[in-house]
Amino acid sequence: MSTKVVMEALSPTMEEGRLVEWKKSEGEAVAVGDVLAEVETDKAVMELVARAGGTLLKQVVPAGATVPVSELVALIGEPGEPTENGGAPAQEQATQPAPDRNRPVSMPPAPPEDAANEAPGPVQMPGPGVESAAPAPASASPGGRIKASPLARRIAAERGVELASISGSGPEGRVVARDVEGAATAGPAAAPPPAPRAPARAPISRAEGPFTDVPLSQIRKTIAKRLTQSIGPIPTFYLTTEIDMERAWDAREALKALGEGPKISFNDIILKAVAAALRQHPACNAWWQDDHIRYWNEIHVSMAVAIEEGLITPVIRHTDVKTLREISTESKDLAARARDRRLKPEEYTGGTFSVSNLGMLDIDEFTAVINPPEAGILAVGRIVERPVAHEGQIALRRRMRLTMSCDHRVIDGATGAEFLKTFKAMLENPLVMVW
Amino acid sequence: MPTLTYRDALNQALREEMQRDTNVFLMGEEVGVYQGAYKVSRGLLEEFGPMRVVDTPITELGFAGVGVGAAMVGLRPVVEFMTWNFALLAIDQLVNSAAKMRYMSGGQVGVPAVFRGPGGSALQLGAQHSQAFESWYAHIPGLKVVMPATPADAKGLLKSAIRDDNPVIFIEGEMLYNVKGEVPEGEHVVPLGRADLKRSGGDVTIICHSKTVAVALKAAEQLAAEGVEADVLDLRTIRPLDTEAVLASVSRTHRCVVAEEGWPFAGVGAQVVDIIQREAFDELDAPILRVTAADVPMPYNKQLERAAKVDPAKVIAAVNSVLYRSGQ
Repeated sequence: MSTKVVMEALSPTMEEGRLVEWKKSEGEAVAVGDVLAEVETDKAVMELVARAGGTLLKQVVPAGATVPVSELVALIGEPGEPTENGGAPAQEQATQPAPDRNRPVSMPPAPPEDAANEAPGPVQMPGPGVESAAPAPASASPGGRIKASPLARRIAAERGVELASISGSGPEGRVVARDVEGAATAGPAAAPPPAPRAPARAPISRAEGPFTDVPLSQIRKTIAKRLTQSIGPIPTFYLTTEIDMERAWDAREALKALGEGPKISFNDIILKAVAAALRQHPACNAWWQDDHIRYWNEIHVSMAVAIEEGLITPVIRHTDVKTLREISTESKDLAARARDRRLKPEEYTGGTFSVSNLGMLDIDEFTAVINPPEAGILAVGRIVERPVAHEGQIALRRRMRLTMSCDHRVIDGATGAEFLKTFKAMLENPLVMVW
Repeated sequence: MPTLTYRDALNQALREEMQRDTNVFLMGEEVGVYQGAYKVSRGLLEEFGPMRVVDTPITELGFAGVGVGAAMVGLRPVVEFMTWNFALLAIDQLVNSAAKMRYMSGGQVGVPAVFRGPGGSALQLGAQHSQAFESWYAHIPGLKVVMPATPADAKGLLKSAIRDDNPVIFIEGEMLYNVKGEVPEGEHVVPLGRADLKRSGGDVTIICHSKTVAVALKAAEQLAAEGVEADVLDLRTIRPLDTEAVLASVSRTHRCVVAEEGWPFAGVGAQVVDIIQREAFDELDAPILRVTAADVPMPYNKQLERAAKVDPAKVIAAVNSVLYRSGQ
């Protein structure tokens, strides 16, 4: 019986994919995990991987074709097997669930369904003394949906536990609250494997978990409702300030003079300052989640990168705990791969705040559009010498204008202004960043 | 605190309210000379005379209409139906007159009347006399529906119902009249629209009213012996429903069983389940189960009647199911 290979949803928003290039020819042997083809999604070029072994019997679509998600693209089976409808019914190869925009990106993606389809085994809770208590994963329906009670889902989300890794003890393997509670305390056996591309250094966690969900207070609900009626669906307001960049300029010159490491850009300095200021103003490091606000304890700054077809916002994870040098290296790498469309979905999702910089294109100032569910974005203009009052005299100073767009449902005027004040103090006196 | 039967607690509430307010009067079949088919009006004719304790002919639609009219001109009638099965003949007055008068007169004319009598099934009274109609009346905007389960609640809720400026459907439990319990003397008023936690557990919520409160308490007792502690929440008032109390308990236990004497389709429990799934979805760890009468006319045969009714064993089975627990 041959296995059908279908177009997989390789990004959270992907509805169709263009098959760029076949990496295996018809008749070629294929092992599980082999790259069958390169597929261009709405965001990047990704790999379509074989989830069954055998021989590539047929390329159903030619290179260059655009194929809707879950449509047939190839057949894998034994050599000589019939590939037309008259043959044995083909079995669909299980697809990997698309990454979830709302899942904290520091967590690994859900295991493929192959694993999830293993029999859940007898109903039992992993006891504390059971060494090999690698829990049978939750039963998933053919659609990839995990059966879990609403309460279990809520607790899992709060504790950052992956439902797919939990054995459900309810009817038909339903994950219920006790299973999640058991998994959260079961220790390393139940802990998810380490994330790929983990930050080189463990992030400093100042609070429990990657974020804190806060239910909406009545006043927050009213603010959200009223302002959305006025300017919707994201009631945005703008805060503009002008920053004296003389000292930041000098600091950058001094770093350049050292002549080692990557060339630090002003954008790197801005990313660093944004992260440091967010650490002091967590109210601006948040996601609007419709019925609650998710205040992130981790800081992941997205940076807008212009690419040929538009723009994309790669994310520098744990920006606040990285050195300027690390930020610089990483931002260069992300920007380069963004232009080549080689970013993985987890590299451009999960940001908690964004920075967009058009200074290099000689823009004085502009407003940026919020990247939901984030609540704030900084639009950075160019650094230019302007005559300003300085110590009682008119002097030419290097100045930079920037505008913060704020989602008023999350950030109030004063909240955003306080953040900007700290940010400005950091750029006007860079030592404040490490204060 | 004195111990009274449910029937005497109702009698006490009627007597005290008639003493308190001369506009309050009682009418119905056999309420005067015979002192009530269930002796709820014992001694009232003697104390208040035939102008305020009025025996009516066997004409439910007629005397319900007289009650509505009396209320419209300022009296506070308490209209007794011998049972709510007979009140089917009067339902046009209740639904089309009592419930709608305030609305259709633009707020000018209210109907401060209480319609009361026993509801639900007793023992082997047959299909036509063994019915629970609370969901019918709770369906109607403009009617309040009150169903006490204990003597103390019977007294306190009837006093509130008589003082309420809107029509109240007051359904007593036919099998509860002989139940005894402590009843506070004098001014004991239980507000309408407030549920009562009759037993506090934490593992599961059993929502009930009227006769099913005793059933739920018995089930909870047996469950406690097996280590399962149940919240037993007595709704007391079906409409307005105490949403807050329901959600508070379910948010604590995350599992819920709703028991009622009536039939399953569009019953009171269906409304309760709707509120919970809407307002407390993320609190639920299991689907909510309902325990109701069998979806059939009540059989006369004793064994079949028993099989059709809600009992502790059925409640326990439902609790075990929502706890994902195999029965003992």
